[in-house]
Amino acid sequence: MEITLTLNNKKITADVPPDTILLDFLRERGCPSVKCGCETSSCGLCTVLLDEKPVLSCSVLAVRTDGRSVTTLEGLQDEAAEFVGFIADQGAEQCGFCNPGYVMNTIALLRENPDPSDDEVRAYLAGNLCRCSGYEGQTRGIRAFLDARRAGKL
Amino acid sequence: MNRELKSVGKGVRKKDAMQLLLGKPAYLDDITPRDCLVVKVLRSPHAHAVISGINTEFAKKVPGIAAVYTWEDVPQKRFTMAGQTYPEPSPYDRLILDRRLRFVGDAVAIVAGEDERAVNRALRLIRVKYEILPPILDFRAALDNETLVHPEEDWHALCEVGADNKRNLCAKGEEQGGDISAVFADCDVVMERTFHTKAVHQAMMETFRTYTEIDHFGRLHVISSTQVVFHVRRILANALDIPKSKIHVEKPRIGGGFGAKQTVVAEVYPAFVTWKTGRAAKMIYTRKECQTAGSPRHEMEVTVKLGADRDGRIRALDVYTLSNTGAYGEHGPTTVGLSGGKSIPLYTGALEAYRFSYDVVYTNVQSSGAYRGYGATQGIFAVESTVSELAENLGVDPVAIRMKNMVREGQIMPAYQNEPASACTLDRCMLRCAESFGWDEKYPVRFTSDGKIRAAGVAMAMQGSGIAGVDVGSASVKLSEDGFYVLRIAAADMGTGCDTILAQMTAECMDCSVDDVAVFGADTDASPYDSGSYASATTYITGRAVEKACIELKEKICTLAAEMLDCPVSELIFEGRQVVRADGSASVSLADIAVKSMCGSDIALEATSSHSSPVSPPPFMAGMAEIELDPETGTVDILNYKAVVDCGTVINPNLARIQTEGGLVQAIGMALTENIQYDDRGRLSENSLLQYRIPTRLETGRLDVEFAPSYEESGPFGAKSIGEIVINTPAPAIAHAIYRATGHWYRELPILPEKIALDLLRDGKGGK
Repeated sequence: MEITLTLNNKKITADVPPDTILLDFLRERGCPSVKCGCETSSCGLCTVLLDEKPVLSCSVLAVRTDGRSVTTLEGLQDEAAEFVGFIADQGAEQCGFCNPGYVMNTIALLRENPDPSDDEVRAYLAGNLCRCSGYEGQTRGIRAFLDARRAGKL
Repeated sequence: MNRELKSVGKGVRKKDAMQLLLGKPAYLDDITPRDCLVVKVLRSPHAHAVISGINTEFAKKVPGIAAVYTWEDVPQKRFTMAGQTYPEPSPYDRLILDRRLRFVGDAVAIVAGEDERAVNRALRLIRVKYEILPPILDFRAALDNETLVHPEEDWHALCEVGADNKRNLCAKGEEQGGDISAVFADCDVVMERTFHTKAVHQAMMETFRTYTEIDHFGRLHVISSTQVVFHVRRILANALDIPKSKIHVEKPRIGGGFGAKQTVVAEVYPAFVTWKTGRAAKMIYTRKECQTAGSPRHEMEVTVKLGADRDGRIRALDVYTLSNTGAYGEHGPTTVGLSGGKSIPLYTGALEAYRFSYDVVYTNVQSSGAYRGYGATQGIFAVESTVSELAENLGVDPVAIRMKNMVREGQIMPAYQNEPASACTLDRCMLRCAESFGWDEKYPVRFTSDGKIRAAGVAMAMQGSGIAGVDVGSASVKLSEDGFYVLRIAAADMGTGCDTILAQMTAECMDCSVDDVAVFGADTDASPYDSGSYASATTYITGRAVEKACIELKEKICTLAAEMLDCPVSELIFEGRQVVRADGSASVSLADIAVKSMCGSDIALEATSSHSSPVSPPPFMAGMAEIELDPETGTVDILNYKAVVDCGTVINPNLARIQTEGGLVQAIGMALTENIQYDDRGRLSENSLLQYRIPTRLETGRLDVEFAPSYEESGPFGAKSIGEIVINTPAPAIAHAIYRATGHWYRELPILPEKIALDLLRDGKGGK
């Protein structure tokens, strides 16, 4: 099937088999930040924005994005760079394999709720699994970013 | 230790942090070509069977299929997939494909094709006739069972580990010190308790994966997500029956390992395809394969017999472990040793006698492997739970009973190869933990207004720092133009940050900034030999190799500087960015020395050092859990977890803290949610992350980590290790807290809500 979508602000047209999942489609089209960690929609690693809303790209057919807009971390480097340094300052990136997924979901969170509490951060990112960090370092990093921004230090 | 440290002890960012956080291509599937053969394995539906016939003709006819291989196509030389130093203690019991299938998920055939669709279609078209045999699914029934998992005559063990394939025995052993029977006979209290832990999974986010190709020299080039590049080279040479000189192995960034990738789980299949076809190939494990044909923790049944005085002085410990290695023996003979070897020595304080014995058996479930803690986790759960029960039975405070019996700095540990506790602040860890956690307030059982129960539990732990007398760490440091350094290693950063902490050590030694050190590794052609990253070895062993290499490099730099300044080298002082004459009369910059080394010089400004240690100094740790238990549902919520760790000098406080927090949460999963259940045909229920419940960020409670550093003379800058010990306290501390809340000791993990709720219902204390 031929589909036309906006991928990271560029309009593209592609011919895809109808059973192609968005995750595979994106990785084939130069978006290696999108990772696969399971086959059961359980891990959150493949989170991307579809029409600005976070979705699991493993659970969306590529053809469903026809006429819509898809954004991956490749397209949001500046917005991510604003806060991920604070996570790096905690050492909480660790192996890094889950990072793109929860960074994308954090971007979605901060657009929806620019000043979340720690519990709101935890609740929003609950579907993003991480096996290395124990999560608390990620929360501390996001907290440090929010505090710095509130204090006008950015 | 008097000099002020500039890089060591600082929470510097991991060198790869920003690239990883921004999702740049770094992992195997990001950086290897997409245009290569897709490799998949047909897996056995039976726990125990022999292939009586296999027809691959239809599969081979599928368009796009390049090769289909069966047991008839592979070398008939057995090997082990365990990534260990040669000669491996794990028996040689594997073939790439075997006619006998030993677990549900065992490899029946290898299919390689142009794309996934073709391969999946071919897999469905392979016709196999199985002669189904009775499986051994209960590891308690394995020893001397009439069914043999490995009846083959060419099974063999390279080391004396007590293995006997005609008894389903992968290893057997016993050690003791003191007159255990006499001491037990003289004890006021003797308790015997049995514990059961299951084959839980590392569940690293990146599954097993390997890419292989033939390079322009005709060699097999392997890129793999592995912790052990040199062991991969040897194991592939054994499996393919080709010379090691024909193989080149490197690793990219690794998406987590936790020991899983210390076993060569995926590598042999694409390597075999590439060697046979000459074509590039890639294998990426699905999560289901990772769960059903991976390398999980060894299931163990640990029986602890403890003898003590009425006042709580622990005089004798007798630990017997039955370990389940599954279908193959990877890490079977070695993991079991830690279940006693890292639990009994914790109680060196008053211990008069000990015994530790074990059997490791083959069964028809997936092979176990290495998982953070490596047997210590299982043994410490058992011993620590028994000690807490002793304290509760005697009415002695569980913290006080540990203070009375724990190993102290300077003591010789008879149950730890008579090594001394040369650096040990376990006492300080425990006292500080109790103070900061608020043990005195949290230990008494409390009830919330909505009927929930709050309670607390405690445990302590140790691990090792490398394998004494076995592990080899190496580092190569080179001075380059402008005066920056390249550090080459074969330790494998799997997210832990070893590239960064070894760069910190290099920077400290060479008196430069961490940014002046570029790190390269791991690569069997270019890196100096290193056993790899496991056994909590990298900081302690490879770190020391970095120190040694830096000392040697400084001497070489000064030798060249002496030529340039035309003075004796004995008059020169290395000052980091320059080398100066002691009298201050002349100097030459490091950048100039680097340039000089590239023009008309015969001194290589590069040094390589190896290090091995005759001892394995244990890190120590105390942990305390506060839980809230709902008696109606049996649900346990972790409210707070306090940990105080003695890992020696903390090289990078940020990374050490995250290591600790990550280990605690993995262990909370093992204690409460991560279950392993096989049905009566040997099929695993928890074969996805949907059923296998690792903790989310809503289930961790508040983690509070502190360090109580000792100083280990034999370690780099006084460091020991951190990677594994952190997983050992939560299970016993949480089980203790659950006892406090319910009056029940749970001796099998995980402690699921339904177990608790049913017990409380029977007690008349549960829900309606």
